[in-house]
Amino acid sequence: MKKINTPLSENDILNLRAGDEILLSGEIYTARDQAHRRVVDAIKKGSRLPFALKNAVIYYCGPAKTPKGKIIGSCGPTTSSRMDAFTPLLLSKGLKGMIGKGARSKEVRSAIKKNKAIYLLAPAGCGALISKYVKSAKPIAYQDLGPERITKLEVKDFPLIVGIDAKGRSIYA
Amino acid sequence: MKIIKAEKITKTVADLCLKANCVLRKDILRKLKSAYKQEKNSRAKKALGAIIENARIAREEKLAICQDTGLPIVFVKLGQDVRITGDFKKAVLKGIALGYQRGNFRESIIQDPLKRGKSSYKGAIIHIDIVRGNKLGLTVLPKGFGCENKSQMKMFNPTAGIEEVKKFIVNTVKSSGADACPPYVVGVGIGGSADYAGFLAKVALLKKIDTKRSSLERDLEKEIGKLGIGPMGLGGKVTCLAIKIESYPTHIAGLPVAVNISCHALRSASATL
Repeated sequence: MKKINTPLSENDILNLRAGDEILLSGEIYTARDQAHRRVVDAIKKGSRLPFALKNAVIYYCGPAKTPKGKIIGSCGPTTSSRMDAFTPLLLSKGLKGMIGKGARSKEVRSAIKKNKAIYLLAPAGCGALISKYVKSAKPIAYQDLGPERITKLEVKDFPLIVGIDAKGRSIYA
Repeated sequence: MKIIKAEKITKTVADLCLKANCVLRKDILRKLKSAYKQEKNSRAKKALGAIIENARIAREEKLAICQDTGLPIVFVKLGQDVRITGDFKKAVLKGIALGYQRGNFRESIIQDPLKRGKSSYKGAIIHIDIVRGNKLGLTVLPKGFGCENKSQMKMFNPTAGIEEVKKFIVNTVKSSGADACPPYVVGVGIGGSADYAGFLAKVALLKKIDTKRSSLERDLEKEIGKLGIGPMGLGGKVTCLAIKIESYPTHIAGLPVAVNISCHALRSASATL
C-alpha cells in the first residue's frame, strides 16, 4: 500500500489510479454541508477563508463529541454527493483532495480531472475505527456550527481507496 | 394497575440510547460475520472486516458505532393497565438528551428544518401503541440520515401488481448505490396510507434479520444481490444483509409502498418495564 503525505504533491496525485489503496498521513480539514456553503460564500464575497485551499485536503465529516481521554470521537465519512454543488469552485481555488463516501456527479468528476485533484473513499460507517488514525484534532472555524465546524485533523496512516483519480477515472464507473 | 415513574422512563431511555449507539445488534453482527466468511471479492472482504472491527472498537471503548448517532426514533408499547406519574413525553426526551450527552454523541438535531440553526440533542420521533397488559415496552432506534435520505415511497395504482412493486423496491436500493453505507438492511411497508406505509417500513427494521423469510423477501434479496453494489459500493456478493416487509390493510383505490433504507450499522435497543 502506498504511503502518501499531505500536502499532496502533483506527482503523488498523478501516480494514483482509481482503486488504489493508500495510507494517508498529515493535516486534513473536516468540512460538510454548512461549512461548504460558508466557504463558497466567502470565496464569492472575496472574504478571508478559514484555511488555505491551495493543495488542501477536505474530509467530509462531522465528528461525534470527544470523550474524556480521547483525541476525537467517532469520525467516519458522510455522503459526498451532498457537497457536489460546491466542489467545482473549491477545486478551481486549489483544493487538491477530498475524502468521503459514495459516488460524485459528472461535474465533480470533470472538475477533478481539470484541476488534477483526487477523491478518496474512507471506510464508510466505521467512525470508531477511523478515530484511531487521528493523532490530533483542533477546531479552527465556524464554531457555531457545532459538529459541522471546521476541524483540523492530523491523521496517521488513514486507510483510503482512490475513488476518482486525476484522469477522471472512477471506481464506480 | 402498575405505576411507573417518569424518572424511571428517563433512565431507561438514556441507557437504551447508549446501548443502541455503541453495541451493534447481535443479529446484525452475526450476519456481517457470515457475510465476511462468504465474501470472495478481496476489497469487499476487507470492507466487511473493517465494519466488524469497528463494531468491536465501539463496544469495547464505548464509542459511537457511527458518528451519525441519528435522529432517535422511539417505539412505545404502553400497556393499558400502566399508569405513568409525571410527563411521559418529556421523560422520553429527557432520557434521549441524557443518554446522548453521556455517550458524547453528536448533536445532530436542528429545530427548524428550513432555517436550520444550531444543532442539539433536543428532539425525537415517538410512536406510541397502546396494548393489553401492565408493561411498558421501549425501543430506541437511532436512525442515521445518510441512509434515511435514500428512502422512498410511492402510491401505486391498485392494479399495479407485485412485479411493479418489486421493481420499485429494487430500484430504491439501486439508487442508494454506494452512498448510504451498504450492505443495507431494507425495510418495506406495504399498504395502509401514505404516512402509515412509511411507519411500517421503519417498524420492519426492528425485526430480527435472521428470522424466517417470506418468499417475497427471499425473491427480493436475490434481486438486490444481483445489483452487485457490495460493501462500501465496491462490488462483491453482499449488497443487502436482509429485507424485511411489513404489510397492512389498505383502500381499494390504492397500494402504498414505502422503502426505508438502513446502512449496515442498523442500531436499536429495547427494554420492558
